[in-house]
Amino acid sequence: MIELRNVSKTFTLHNQNSAVIEVINDVSLSVAAGECVALTGASGAGKSTLMRMIYGNYLTQAGQILIDGVDLVQAEPRDVIALRRETLGYVSQFLRVVPRVATLDVVAEPLRAVGGSAEDAQARAEELLAKLNIPQRLWSLSPTTFSGGEQQRVNIARGFAHLYPAMLLDEPTASLDAENREIVLSLIEEAKARGAAIIGIFHDEAARVRVCDREIDVSQFTPGIAA
Amino acid sequence: MSDYNFAYLDEQTKRMIRRAILKGLAIPGYQVPFASREMPMPYGWGTGGVQVSAAVMTPDDRFKVIDQGADDTTNAVSIRSFFERTAGVATTTKTSEASVIQTRHRIPEEPLREGQILVYQVPIPEPLRFLEPRESETRKMHSLEEYGLMHVKLYEDISRHGHIATSYDYPVKVEGRYVMDPSPIPKFDNPKLGDMAAIQLFGAGREQRIYALPPYTQVVSLDFEDHPFEASKPDHPCALCGAENSYLDEVITDDAGGRMFVCSDTDFCEARQAAGHTGTMNGKDAA
Amino acid sequence: MTPLLSVQGVTKFYGHHIGCKNVGFDLYPGEVMGIVGESGSGKSTLLNCMAGHLTPDAGAVVFNTRSDGPRDTVTMSEPERRMLSRTDWAFVHQHARDGLRMGVSAGGNVGERLMAVGDRHYGDIRGKAADWLGRVEIDAGRIDDRPTTFSGGMQQRLQIARNLVTGPRLVFMDEPTGGLDVSVQARLLDLLRGLVRDMGLSAIIVTHDLAVVRLLADRLMVMKDGHVVEAGLTDQVLDDPQHAYSQLLVSSVLQV
Repeated sequence: MIELRNVSKTFTLHNQNSAVIEVINDVSLSVAAGECVALTGASGAGKSTLMRMIYGNYLTQAGQILIDGVDLVQAEPRDVIALRRETLGYVSQFLRVVPRVATLDVVAEPLRAVGGSAEDAQARAEELLAKLNIPQRLWSLSPTTFSGGEQQRVNIARGFAHLYPAMLLDEPTASLDAENREIVLSLIEEAKARGAAIIGIFHDEAARVRVCDREIDVSQFTPGIAA
Repeated sequence: MSDYNFAYLDEQTKRMIRRAILKGLAIPGYQVPFASREMPMPYGWGTGGVQVSAAVMTPDDRFKVIDQGADDTTNAVSIRSFFERTAGVATTTKTSEASVIQTRHRIPEEPLREGQILVYQVPIPEPLRFLEPRESETRKMHSLEEYGLMHVKLYEDISRHGHIATSYDYPVKVEGRYVMDPSPIPKFDNPKLGDMAAIQLFGAGREQRIYALPPYTQVVSLDFEDHPFEASKPDHPCALCGAENSYLDEVITDDAGGRMFVCSDTDFCEARQAAGHTGTMNGKDAA
Repeated sequence: MTPLLSVQGVTKFYGHHIGCKNVGFDLYPGEVMGIVGESGSGKSTLLNCMAGHLTPDAGAVVFNTRSDGPRDTVTMSEPERRMLSRTDWAFVHQHARDGLRMGVSAGGNVGERLMAVGDRHYGDIRGKAADWLGRVEIDAGRIDDRPTTFSGGMQQRLQIARNLVTGPRLVFMDEPTGGLDVSVQARLLDLLRGLVRDMGLSAIIVTHDLAVVRLLADRLMVMKDGHVVEAGLTDQVLDDPQHAYSQLLVSSVLQV
């Protein structure tokens, strides 16, 4: 489902004496449907960078990133957009939304984007928000005013609204209490059970052990972390 | 007579104006630019109409001038005497006897016939100017037949008054092509514009535009399906001649709110009275 | 799939000065494209060339018309192009007063495009105008008020209603949120996003506000001195800019 072949990336800082930083060198990995793989390594090892490359958020200089057979590195923007809409989900650490939009609409949007009816999308959004213990009185408010933990849960609800065949999870259990952490882990297990291929970053070791089938240490691909 | 060329204007100027008139007749409703001359009267007193009249006039013509339908108002009297002096043509107040009729704000009640010419004085020839002040843009709109804006004007009328309140200067479409300003005639007169036997010429002196309707031209007043055009007039008979279907002026008769409605077309009214028709206030002391 | 708009080698000079040079891209149905750059970078010149307000010195702007398929709008006749611009195209100006008739009521402003394409039933026109005022969150009770009595945000929403009432497929926007209060901007952005999604609109948005493109645009082009220096997915260009100028642009944004 997710396959990386000889993937490399450098950052060129044009405005800082054109410094070139090699961040990822020659990564090859693959994640099958129903499998969850953890990216590990010390802070700054390039876990988030690699994940953002797999989402197409960071430009990849060399190699192939195949998601469901589509090479993200070569794909046209519209193909990447279609892939993100239909196939590839991403739960980032930060919630980024249009101010003023109601939480319910934020969560329902991925379903509306794939052509779901407003009613179905709202029903699914309500179900997820309730499951993640977001009080109903907050549903009509914009999540921009919520606490960090609440924002994180809204972010997860949105990420799991559509049943993506491939998912990228960046610290999904960070800043969550035990009860909500448990709910998120069960959501991940459900996703695996329906056949989603998942790549995750978990500082929470117990969580990692519980949901992940394999670990990949990113440090081995990062030649210049000291630089 | 020797002091002036016939009908005041020199022959070269008349040629230029006649060319504009012919072009206007060839493209009904299209505004033809012309080099308007200074006339011995202020703009707004009919300089455009006078130049068109001068250009079409021949020594055999019989000339009539009406202002708001009347032959005896200052403007009508002075233009009539202008051509009496500069062209020596015969004049008349009778619609049926005139061969050239210059008018401001009315079309005579009596139907015109072939061979007659009706010359309108036009203050603002551009019907689109109300909403689009740029001349370059209105010309483009005419050439591309983009006339949605005219209906915006009518829409605004209905939204504000519940009906189309434009009662004069009511825009028309000519032969399904050009939208035209019929000059400030009451919309009561609009139906007479179409299918008229006489030639209709429009002259705007200050704006330097001439346009025309050849005989028997199709002229349609703009409207909405659910708010059709209506040629309205005051709902009274003429107080002097009793006419039910003529356009009326309201005349205030005293300081106590007394008023009467009389035909605005004085020739029409007088002819009816001479034929024995009478209204409610005829013979009484109206003043 | 045929692009809705295919821009090919569009070049515009002002004398010896470059307006924009050799710009090309394809825009597909439903896509929103942002164009950013500083003042004088050529982004507005490019927008005006695409929308038919300026004639490019070279290049083609091919639009996939409903009736005849792809047509170069640069070489098509002016009546055809003007017809496009009041049916399938819309143009939202930065200053609402450039895109509205300030002497005409809100209803008349929205109704104008309908009347321009031949609607002649007052009741229908008014009904559609009222519906659109509702969609852009203007109280229907204001339908007979002139835009001069509206706030800046309301004027901008009215301009959007006036543009979208004929169901265009492509919307050009020039700094649509410029000059508005931040809170009003957010409301407008939300409205635009909803309309783009629900009507399946394609849009080209010129702005210097990176936050606006991040929220509205799928794709982004960065312009400098009349040239496109970088293009790609919006979040990729903003989060991992490749060109020196893009890096400078992104790093120059003040964080709140």
